[in-house]
Amino acid sequence: METLTYREALRRALADAMEEDPDVFVIGEEVGRYGGAYGVTKGLIEQFGPDRLIDTPISEAAIVGTGVGAAMAGMRPVVELMYVDFIGMTMDQLANQAAKIRYMFGGQIGVPMVLRTQGGTGRSAGAQHSQSLEAYVMHTPGLRLAMPATVADAYHLLRQALRQPDPVVFIEHKALYALSEAVDLAAPVPDWGRAALRRPGGDLAIVSYSRQLHHALAAAERLDAEGIAAAVIDLRTLNPLDFETVRGAVEAAGRAMVVSEGPLTAGVAAELAARISEECFDFLENPVLRVAGEDVPISVSPGLEAASVPTPELIVDAARRLMA
Amino acid sequence: MAAKRPARRKAPTKDELVGYYRDMLLIRRFEEKAGQLYGMGLIGGFCHLYIGQEAVVVGLEAAAQKGDKRVTTYRDHGHMLACGMEPAGVMAELTGRAGGYSQGKGGSMHMFSREKDFYGGHGIVGANVPIGAGLAFSDQYNGTDNVTFTYFGDGAANQGQVYETFNMASLWKLPVIFVIENNLYAMGTSQRRSTSTDDIYTRGKPFGIPGELVDGMDVLKMREAGLKAAAHARAGKGPYILEALTYRYRGHSMSDPAKYRTREEVQKMRTEKDPIAFLRELLIEKGHADDEALKAIDKAVKAEVNAAADFARESPEPDPAELWTDVLIDA
Repeated sequence: METLTYREALRRALADAMEEDPDVFVIGEEVGRYGGAYGVTKGLIEQFGPDRLIDTPISEAAIVGTGVGAAMAGMRPVVELMYVDFIGMTMDQLANQAAKIRYMFGGQIGVPMVLRTQGGTGRSAGAQHSQSLEAYVMHTPGLRLAMPATVADAYHLLRQALRQPDPVVFIEHKALYALSEAVDLAAPVPDWGRAALRRPGGDLAIVSYSRQLHHALAAAERLDAEGIAAAVIDLRTLNPLDFETVRGAVEAAGRAMVVSEGPLTAGVAAELAARISEECFDFLENPVLRVAGEDVPISVSPGLEAASVPTPELIVDAARRLMA
Repeated sequence: MAAKRPARRKAPTKDELVGYYRDMLLIRRFEEKAGQLYGMGLIGGFCHLYIGQEAVVVGLEAAAQKGDKRVTTYRDHGHMLACGMEPAGVMAELTGRAGGYSQGKGGSMHMFSREKDFYGGHGIVGANVPIGAGLAFSDQYNGTDNVTFTYFGDGAANQGQVYETFNMASLWKLPVIFVIENNLYAMGTSQRRSTSTDDIYTRGKPFGIPGELVDGMDVLKMREAGLKAAAHARAGKGPYILEALTYRYRGHSMSDPAKYRTREEVQKMRTEKDPIAFLRELLIEKGHADDEALKAIDKAVKAEVNAAADFARESPEPDPAELWTDVLIDA
């Protein structure tokens, strides 16, 4: 066992992948000398040199486009998008090029690019630097989507993402970088595309991912004190989506909620809730609940910011409603 | 001071010249046939014909060496034929059949060939430009002396991604040749109505990218310019811009009656500047080919195009199960 932060685990994954495969390189704004806006790539330029840690101008569309081209030519670019909020600048390259190339070229070629980015609230970063935009990605066929919640997954999901033959959008959470856990990186982890049951429980199932996993676990702890046993599922990847694990927990408990930091309307929670309702209807005692971000821009005010996304309290409240 | 000597380049041989003629004619006849098939309802969706612009890509392909890459936009049939992709596979893709290069999923704008280093076929104006830089990046990273020919139009020259790419390509000295095929119209909007400057090639200057204007109706001038640009990029001096002044005889796509220009303008280009007629006259004048030899080429090209059209008609529709294949694959 060793104690690592989420940030260090990501850095370790990059270093190990670069050590193993000379075709892996990191490209993006401030990834080299600066060490990454959130410090993930710190020190890698000393280890691998500026040819593999490539600092770019502020040109998100062209950076991602360059990654797409390099990936088509057989390389393994890790493109860093400093904030997921900037995804709009790159959406053409991501949604129209990267996501479509395998299909529209009849399966002859893929885009094995990993787009690393981070999102979410927690740092008073305001409306343009705090969003949870994973639904944009999940809504686009042809893109993989991974969102690690734990230190071990920060490492393993990134390694697994770098073995995929297709583009992976890898969204870290800015409030998790300092998360520190004792991990054994040599211990087995679930395969790519498998969700993890983080806490068993037979009364209700809480489906979550990324930072909201930790809120869900905190809520489950409080619910336990009230005699309610909540199962907590960490989706880990949203594409592939491991619905079988969700189904198992939901059907066993008969009650379900989905917790997501993204805006409520037409979001990830909405998609999951709809699918659970369609496929597990006969097992449900109550309607599936969505616990998600408010449909508002994120404020700088810490109070307003915290109120715009789910908290353990909101999850506990929702659980009580489900049990009623 | 001694005069600067021009770089020594081998003049094209007789066989090469005849080859350029044949390649341009193949594109012309192929596109005419595609237009017919479209009219018959065998090709649906988009179909952007390259007729009139043949000298641009054939001249530049003559400057390419093995391993060079090419990536282009949606007016791409000529580029595919010029780099040696099979007319039958291209035509069958236009008809959306299983025998097409993309098995009927891509269509006119989306084909790829690893064997020919052809990286598409992209439908979003300007989006293939950073991809071209990425392809060139891979050659720089791997230390080859290959270059990437990145084609786009005068319309794409007003897209932001293009200038982000100019900056990065110049900064990193990527071996990429930006080919602006200026056919004077961005769909139905003339250059005068859409573009603030006359000389688009000068737009590389603020980024430190040399560029020049080339007669895109003259295959030999295109070849010459292509060799110069490629030598520059291969030598590690970075990107180069070629603005090929050209003209499309047909509308933007098959559904465009081209009412934004006069019939006289089109007719004048056809009679005075046609790239194929120009080379035909040159071949005869130089004694490289006589009427009979050229007729034989014409006949062979027609037969090849007819065979491609037959294949495109007869190739089966994609299997319905193909709907779900190749969205994403497992590691």
